[in-house]
Amino acid sequence: MSAWTEDGIGSVWEALGARAVGSGPDGGEPAAKAGVSRRQFVKVAGAAGAGLVLAVSIPGCGPKDRAAGGGSSPENAAFKPNAWIRIGSDGRVTFMIDRSEMGQGVTTALPMLLAEELEVDVDDIHYEFAPAEKKYFNPMFGAQGTGGSTSVRAAWEPLRKAGAAARMMLVAAAAKEWGVDPSTCTASGGKVTDGSGNSATYGELAEAAAKETAPENPPLKDRKDFRILGKPHPRLDTPVKTDGTATFGIDVRPEGVLIGNVARCPVYGGKVKSVDDSDAMKVPGVRKVVNLGDRVGVIGDHYWAALQGRKALKIEWDYGQWADQSSEKIAATFRDLASKPGAVARDDGDAEAALGTAGSRVHEVAFDMPYLAHATMEPMNATAHVRKDGCEVWAPTQFQTSTQGTAAKITGLDPSRVEVHTTYLGGGFGRRAMTDFVEDAVSLSKAAGAPVKCVWSREDDVRHDGFRPANHHVVRAALDGSGNPVAWSHRVVAPSIMRLFTGQPLENGLDTEAVEGAVGMPYSIPNVHVDYHDAKVGVPVWFWRSVNNSFNGMAVECMIDELAHLAGKDPYRYRRGLLADKPVYRRVLDLAAEKAGWGKSLPSGRARGISVFKSFETHVAQVAEVSLQDGKPRVHRVVAAVDCGPTVNPSIIEAQVQSAIVYGLTAALYGKITIQDGRCQQGNFDDYLMLRIDEMPDVEVHVVMDSDADQGGIGEPGTPPIAPAVCNALRALTGKPIRSLPIQV
Amino acid sequence: MAITLGVNGTSHQVDVPDDMPLLWVLRDVIGLTGTKFGCGIGECGACTVHLDGQAVRSCQTPVSSVGSAKVTTIEGLSEDRSHPVQRAWIEEDVPQCGYCQSGQIMSAAALLDGNASPTDEDVDAAMKGNICRCGTYQRIRAAVHTAADLAGKEG
Repeated sequence: MSAWTEDGIGSVWEALGARAVGSGPDGGEPAAKAGVSRRQFVKVAGAAGAGLVLAVSIPGCGPKDRAAGGGSSPENAAFKPNAWIRIGSDGRVTFMIDRSEMGQGVTTALPMLLAEELEVDVDDIHYEFAPAEKKYFNPMFGAQGTGGSTSVRAAWEPLRKAGAAARMMLVAAAAKEWGVDPSTCTASGGKVTDGSGNSATYGELAEAAAKETAPENPPLKDRKDFRILGKPHPRLDTPVKTDGTATFGIDVRPEGVLIGNVARCPVYGGKVKSVDDSDAMKVPGVRKVVNLGDRVGVIGDHYWAALQGRKALKIEWDYGQWADQSSEKIAATFRDLASKPGAVARDDGDAEAALGTAGSRVHEVAFDMPYLAHATMEPMNATAHVRKDGCEVWAPTQFQTSTQGTAAKITGLDPSRVEVHTTYLGGGFGRRAMTDFVEDAVSLSKAAGAPVKCVWSREDDVRHDGFRPANHHVVRAALDGSGNPVAWSHRVVAPSIMRLFTGQPLENGLDTEAVEGAVGMPYSIPNVHVDYHDAKVGVPVWFWRSVNNSFNGMAVECMIDELAHLAGKDPYRYRRGLLADKPVYRRVLDLAAEKAGWGKSLPSGRARGISVFKSFETHVAQVAEVSLQDGKPRVHRVVAAVDCGPTVNPSIIEAQVQSAIVYGLTAALYGKITIQDGRCQQGNFDDYLMLRIDEMPDVEVHVVMDSDADQGGIGEPGTPPIAPAVCNALRALTGKPIRSLPIQV
Repeated sequence: MAITLGVNGTSHQVDVPDDMPLLWVLRDVIGLTGTKFGCGIGECGACTVHLDGQAVRSCQTPVSSVGSAKVTTIEGLSEDRSHPVQRAWIEEDVPQCGYCQSGQIMSAAALLDGNASPTDEDVDAAMKGNICRCGTYQRIRAAVHTAADLAGKEG
């Protein structure tokens, strides 16, 4: 496998494009060729695949894929109308879930979509994680993966249609058997009945239903008729997450499994010069040491043996070209880039001219935010069993397609010989869309000739993350005589994730993802300029909850607050005035302000701050209430207003927004990965701090129900607004603006 | 060295290094994987188990120090999720990714053993050693109070 370099992490994208995605006759162009922007990628994948999307919508509805009925065993008689549903003759409804469950609630939200139209109770749906197969591709990615807050958006229509198609086939089978018109039959609670006393369960009808033709385009219920969607429902995965029986990646124990741990070069991109394993091999329980070129694996009977063996290794590293890198040097590189024009991402009117107009007040601010680690609670790990004729991988992965492709590449097997078992994920946040942990398990199993589970230490997990990129911004604005902005110029400097992800140079130097949220700056300003600089500085970067929105939101929402302050206006009303043509922004802004009691008095020593931001098509406004305790910021209350369009499960929406706020607040208060001598200086929860329960603010989530807005995601959009809301509150409290994170007052 | 451990009412003979943390003996040798590895330095609480009813971090507990103390893991808290803390966790729909929740539940159960009706401050003090990266803290707080009510009703 290719080691990490500034020209591409390689493995994920290669695995995706070279082997697994584009290789099939109907797979078309490998996704990797689609372009360098994830947004373009999504568009092309969707468009190239009018056919693909359709196939994904109701896969298996064609005659070729339809399950054969008529066998005598329950499994043969199973009714499998499409890729997701299996109804056994015992009546058991199994949902093959094509997404990864990492806390965001897909194992509840997606069954709810299915149950609504299939006319069964949500609790009667059993789910299994689907294998890596093309029929389970996420239509918003063109690959099987979970991320970008896409699960519900991508499944909203296809899964309801899948449920409706299955229900119609069951009804048709019943009507035929009873010799009645299907329109006289009703499906409800897993049964079909007619007006004249006939009744049959789905299990009884499954075999006959399998012989029916699937409807091409089944009609769907009106939203007003929903009995499940839009109402809170307990998560289906809660019980197994309260008794220790949920199987995460790290819990997998195939027969004869050995445990591995891997030493990686502390400087990114380095290689092994030499390794002396004589002491390591003396550690009781150590079985084997494997030099993988850029890292060294130790395999033992248990994690403790592997870890002690790894500590006893004497490795000489070739540190490569980044051994002198430091956070200071990176910051200087960013500042130098920011002094020059970048790749233009948005250009309305003439911002430079307006900034230079005599009489306008010009305000210039620089913002700086650091690298951040994901720090999922479950450290990176995977388990593999490589055999001559096939390979099994058990992985807490967000990206089944690249997991399969990665294992295929290492083993030389065809991807169809690689069976991927997705486990529960102990947190994802984007990190588990990488494949480095899969590479470890597959490489070590191949070397050992036995099943190997490779487990990273927490220090490995923090230090060898793909970090949220560090970033630097220069934002300039000009205000007219009445304090309204007439020009806005935002320069973003941030190492490109898409360059690493695709391994291809950026088109015209622009990463359209990196300026997300900056380009989307929503305020009505006649002259707007946004440009961008990539920076190759020797630190791996990757998708982190809300990705680049996490920092662009901070820059935009703190800047607009500073402008309101300069104009002598209330920051809520100032925003509102500049959002006259953005009704959904206004709706959440008004809702948050109202519920938070904006403008009402607070105990002395407390202040409020506000922000509003759209990401992943969901609008979120937040009001944070803060004070200083012993000179440190304390967040007491956060009121969030959310408009994500049609809702599936308000209880999960509430939980996800609370979660996204904790994630963003942790970063705002504590998050900072620093680089010295080319290596990460943090390693564990004693120096990379997490928000704890005694610091948890009271978070209120208000969801706009029955919204007419477009459907948005919910896993990430709560994150970007929290840092600016808190910083703006602190500015209101102290008079001092906050322009870098983590917050220092 | 050969060690005898009493875990969830069952006696286990294990032959492991005496400095091996209890966590890895439970997970990799005995096969009880409900107890989780999070940090290895006692900072996150994911590995919390009970030793004679007291919450301890099993990643910081050398197996040789356990002696005759009774080890209880999440698998031994109840046979059927009937412990008041487990019932409360289900009622409040606490878990998201769920990885830290074994440790959270074991910490909460130990708290309620010694304090039948904890205040919010008591809950914060007892639970702040348990990190939840998904940020389920609000529901955890609610669930501890719910568990206290459930346990109280059982008297």
